[in-house]
Amino acid sequence: MKIVMAIIKPFKLEEVRDALTSIGVHGLTVTEVKGYGRQKGHTEIYRGAEYAVSFLPKIKIEVAVSNDLVAKVIEAVTGAARTGQIGDGKIFVSSLEKAVRIRTGETDGDAL
Amino acid sequence: MTFRTTLRAGLTGLALAATSAGMALAQTTAAPVPNKGDTAFMMICTILVLLMTIPGLALFYGGLVRSKNMLSVLTQVFAIVCIVCLLWVFYGYSLAFTNGGGLNDYVGGFSKAFLRGVDANSNVATFSNGVVIPEFVYICFQMTFAAITPALIVGAFAERMKFSALVLFMVLWVTFIYLPIAHMVWYWAGPDAVGDAAKLLAAATDATAKAAAQAKLDAVNADAGMIFQWGALDFAGGTVVHINAGIAGLVGCVLLGKRIGYGKELMAPHSLTMTMIGAALLWVGWFGFNAGSNLEANGTAGLAMINTFVATAAAAVAWLFVEWAAKGKPSLLGMVSGAVAGLVAVTPASGFGGPMGCIVLGLVAGSVCFVFCSTVKNALGYDDSLDVFGIHCVGGILGALATGILVSQDLGGAGIPDYASKPGELTTATYVFGTAFMAQVKAVLLTIVWSGVGSFILYKVVDVIVGLRISPDAEREGLDIAEHGERAYNM
Repeated sequence: MKIVMAIIKPFKLEEVRDALTSIGVHGLTVTEVKGYGRQKGHTEIYRGAEYAVSFLPKIKIEVAVSNDLVAKVIEAVTGAARTGQIGDGKIFVSSLEKAVRIRTGETDGDAL
Repeated sequence: MTFRTTLRAGLTGLALAATSAGMALAQTTAAPVPNKGDTAFMMICTILVLLMTIPGLALFYGGLVRSKNMLSVLTQVFAIVCIVCLLWVFYGYSLAFTNGGGLNDYVGGFSKAFLRGVDANSNVATFSNGVVIPEFVYICFQMTFAAITPALIVGAFAERMKFSALVLFMVLWVTFIYLPIAHMVWYWAGPDAVGDAAKLLAAATDATAKAAAQAKLDAVNADAGMIFQWGALDFAGGTVVHINAGIAGLVGCVLLGKRIGYGKELMAPHSLTMTMIGAALLWVGWFGFNAGSNLEANGTAGLAMINTFVATAAAAVAWLFVEWAAKGKPSLLGMVSGAVAGLVAVTPASGFGGPMGCIVLGLVAGSVCFVFCSTVKNALGYDDSLDVFGIHCVGGILGALATGILVSQDLGGAGIPDYASKPGELTTATYVFGTAFMAQVKAVLLTIVWSGVGSFILYKVVDVIVGLRISPDAEREGLDIAEHGERAYNM
């Protein structure tokens, strides 16, 4: 099992969810996050006060999948979230030791 | 020119005497009664000025602070309004709008403390001969001015002042700064007192009678505050309200010091939506402030109304475009700040200047206040959190000085009021630029010194008694939790 974590542009969330659904991934967790990277930030001016806002809003998606699905998930997320501009985000994949569905007690592959 | 209240006791006595003397004479001296239209107009204007403060000013300021300090600003403004309402009827009205005897140049007396002698039949003078309004309505109208002025100061030291210090300071400030300035600028005997005295002078035939009548007229003219006697014009409170509060704010923010993290941390306004709502409510309420300062519903109130529209619009447009050119983007905060700067600037001029003159005043105020808030403040390094000085004091000074120019009939102004030349009616005195302008300069300087020095002393007194500033930990946590034990948004 792997957990795929993707940081994407907020307005791409629906497209990414659609893409994941179409390859058979029916569950994902979403968090609103802020990040700093090559996109840098922007400047806000309130009367005379200028503020450099470095951290920009992003969406973090987490999907737990079986090993054979990882490549398709990466492909789906990449395809749906890409705009070609700096700031499209990143995908991180890491191993997942155990999964449990709370309602039934099913574990691992059955719980995904 | 919010005015003063002559309880027309003298006239009433005169009327009684006249009744015994004959019907015809009695008719000419009957005490005037309030007009229902004027009374209704003034009641609505009074409530509009309350609307300016709560929720208008409270939301305008509240939106500009960080969310952790939202409730502190709302609480401070609301508390000031309530405390000043009470203080006003206890002694405030009396100290501002009665004759102060030996100190009459500077402050009134206690003859109407706790509203002694005022009842539903008491009337006060307006700016027209023979026109009065109920004294209770006038007291309420002036009460709202006394309430909004200290509330304006809150913006200068927002996000760091102790609530107990604020309450104590505001009581002292209204007592020792606001009431004397209001008395000096607005207290006078009223048009009928001047007209009656001038009539006696005109009717006097021999030298002795003339001398006596002249002495009487001089006494009536002396029954006014010092700045009023100088001939300074302030239709709705450029000196009394805006310069007064603005300079007190500047002194306060310098004495309290900068907020922790000022210039380093993000201190962006937490809700410009609220700020826009507040600014719009300020504008709406300001019609009560400016048009209501005419004290009767007539053409001059209409003049104040149109000036309050056009000067505000001009200043908002000026700030918007100047900022767009200088900083690259037209901002909502800039536009509404410009609108408030325009409202401030037109306040003293609203019933004196013409609409086109007031548009020019608005354009200047919007541009100059932008420079003060965006450049001068940063260069000097003081932390006037919400730009009370940059908008209210600077805008107020511009407006007060401009009033001395725009009042000229050559520039479309209304002219300087003269109640003595043709007793019983309002005419205009000859406009002399030097005299009119210098009277404004003196009024501005006196207000700056009185409020600047006076506020400095009062801040120091309060600092010794309770301490002005909250602890650094409390400031970090936010005043809402630290001082009031509640938070604005539980989401």
